[in-house]
Amino acid sequence: MSLMTPEIRPSAIARVNPVAKLAVALLISCALMLSIDWVSAAVALALEAVLLAWCGLSARQFWLRTAPVWIAAPFAVLTTVLYGQDSGAVLLSAGFVSVTEGSVALALAIGLRILAIGIPGIVLLATTDPTDLGDGLAQVLRLPARFVLGALAGLRLVGMFIDDWHSLALARRARGVGDGGGLRGRGRRFGGLAFALLVLSVRRGSKLATAMEARGFGSDIPRTWARESVFGLRDSLVVVIGAVIAATAITAAVLAGTWHFVLA
Amino acid sequence: MTGARVTASGWGWRHAGRARAAVSGLDLDIRPGERVLVLGPSGAGKSTLMHALAGVLGDDEDGDETGELLVDGRRPSASRGRVGLVLQDPDSQVVLARVGDDVAFGCENLAVPRAEIWPRVGQALADVGLDLPLRHPTSALSGGQKQRLALAGVLAMRPGLVLLDEPTANLDPEGVVEVRDAVLRSVEASGATLIVIEHRVAVWQQVVDRIIVLDPAGGILADGPTDRVLSAEGERLAAAGVWIPRFPPAPPERRNRSEASEAEVLLHAEGLCVGRVPFARKRAVVVAGELNLTLESGTATAVTGPNGTGKSTLALTLAGLLAPAGGHLTAADALAAGLGPAPHRWRSRDLLERIGTVFQDPEHQFLAGTVRGELAIGPRALGLGGAAQTERVDALLHRLRLDHLADANPFTLSGGEKRRLSVATVLATRPRLLVLDEPTFGQDSRTWAELVRLLAELLDEGTAVLAVTHDEQFVSALADARLTLVPGAGPAGSPGGATGRLSSGLRRRIGTEPL
Repeated sequence: MSLMTPEIRPSAIARVNPVAKLAVALLISCALMLSIDWVSAAVALALEAVLLAWCGLSARQFWLRTAPVWIAAPFAVLTTVLYGQDSGAVLLSAGFVSVTEGSVALALAIGLRILAIGIPGIVLLATTDPTDLGDGLAQVLRLPARFVLGALAGLRLVGMFIDDWHSLALARRARGVGDGGGLRGRGRRFGGLAFALLVLSVRRGSKLATAMEARGFGSDIPRTWARESVFGLRDSLVVVIGAVIAATAITAAVLAGTWHFVLA
Repeated sequence: MTGARVTASGWGWRHAGRARAAVSGLDLDIRPGERVLVLGPSGAGKSTLMHALAGVLGDDEDGDETGELLVDGRRPSASRGRVGLVLQDPDSQVVLARVGDDVAFGCENLAVPRAEIWPRVGQALADVGLDLPLRHPTSALSGGQKQRLALAGVLAMRPGLVLLDEPTANLDPEGVVEVRDAVLRSVEASGATLIVIEHRVAVWQQVVDRIIVLDPAGGILADGPTDRVLSAEGERLAAAGVWIPRFPPAPPERRNRSEASEAEVLLHAEGLCVGRVPFARKRAVVVAGELNLTLESGTATAVTGPNGTGKSTLALTLAGLLAPAGGHLTAADALAAGLGPAPHRWRSRDLLERIGTVFQDPEHQFLAGTVRGELAIGPRALGLGGAAQTERVDALLHRLRLDHLADANPFTLSGGEKRRLSVATVLATRPRLLVLDEPTFGQDSRTWAELVRLLAELLDEGTAVLAVTHDEQFVSALADARLTLVPGAGPAGSPGGATGRLSSGLRRRIGTEPL
């Protein structure tokens, strides 16, 4: 299990073409960004919750992966409640802080929005292998192979950053410059380490580029793809489901009268 | 598929920005299916030739080409796919995340139809003896496995010319044989031409037909059947740094130990477990455990064993860079000199005069823009004045023959020079214990001999040396004791942990009982 080869349990959603998943995530995000109201976000979130049953993530994996949004959402709610734009009846007031009906509604809308956009995005990525996503981007969306494979190969190097960082830090300790100097020294060392890591990564990257070139990468012949990325009926259906969720959320908000177009 | 023919006439290449040509005046004719070992001292342009044959040397912006170099009568850059190149560093050749995909990568680039790719992948993996599922993550492979994967990726392209640029330099002895045999099996099956660069002649001597020796001054020094070249040129080659089995470098003189002053205990390990704390975890994962070891002044201890048994982790722990994962590690007063007994609690600066560490990859420990600046870092951290700093730095530059490079950037040095510099940076603060991780990796026999001689001198002066190594010649030249880490039965709760066996008295018994 690593960044590049996540352990993905077989599930209905894991089998979907990554490009379709990406489309769903984008559709829902865009729809929810058009308005800030609680109804559209709540409807989208409820519909997504139904679909989660097919994602194949265990409860532990689900909570672990989505933890960032569960932490971010309450913070956003709290700050909006306290400092958000005030309107309507004042519920509480103390100095800078004022809680009004308007700021509470806004906070609710923002909190639900973070969940409704964040959770499907994370879940869809958690059920996607980066290599498969690369195949999809290149074969279905026809992005340039050079860009897609370069990104994939580069992403693999990211996994090595952690080891390199560790080695560099130990080497500095061995060279007698690994501590001391208080907070400023710490900051300077961090900068030095980051720069050393950059140098090391560039060198590693150029070696990797040579190795890729030696295997015929970057020539003018159009390459073939060993893994076929199929975009079939099921994948189209998934995109349709995504569109339906987005449309339902917007319709519900308009009917409920809470729709508030941000660009208007 | 037949082998490729390689011809060169008056070929040369000068890298952009360099005054001297890397290769010049090269005339060659290599017949299809020949197996050729290319030798030559460091800087003779061996790698440049290989890169040129693989068509990855670049264009006019990257350097100036003279003469002509052809593969099957065509320029190498126009015959991509006809040539496959395996490089030295296992880590920087893995392209994709899964074994099968990585092998398929070259085929895809050559526009091999999908239906044909997967049979080729299976065949190539079988040829190199890598019996793993296609979905196996490449990040979980050992160095030897990664090299065989790189080879499989090249073989799947069905090249007529296979180029190997020191493919086994970074491998343990078992890995070396694994990779070599995989190469032989596959070129035998395909009839491909094979060109290998390797410092260590013994590995390839029996299996190549022809040896070509490049002359650093340009052109070719010797060319002919393996035995003839080795007997005619062996001595000269050995003197130039090539490892020739019949002419091993002379082992250094060690002062008779009985005359040496009484050895002092510096560091003592009892039931020591070593491990690293993985990213975002709290507890260390033990990689080797229940180790007993005593390091004394003036003695050299070698730590050997297969890749992945925790040798480097042990070295870093003994060097006070990692905290022990269990057991006891105690610095005696002779080493601690007023500090506490746990080296990993010492301040960074306090390590300088006590324990010096030379890392496996010299580039990890370079901090300055010039060789001189690099050497001054330690003495400056110790608070030595300008004059004392200069004196130490100059003495080291001279002793390690780095004078002419004093103002060069450490990253631009050759492999042997980088290694010497990394040792010199440590010596600048005169530590009592020297910890070295694979000090002889990729060294030619001349730089090897220099390094071993230097370490022998330090040992005679009373410095203790602990070296992690795969190099048997190094062990027999220097080691007083050897700790062998064996995979498997670790301490309870760590199924992958290694244990150590201390073989006593290569020259004399040290400290503790064997496990």
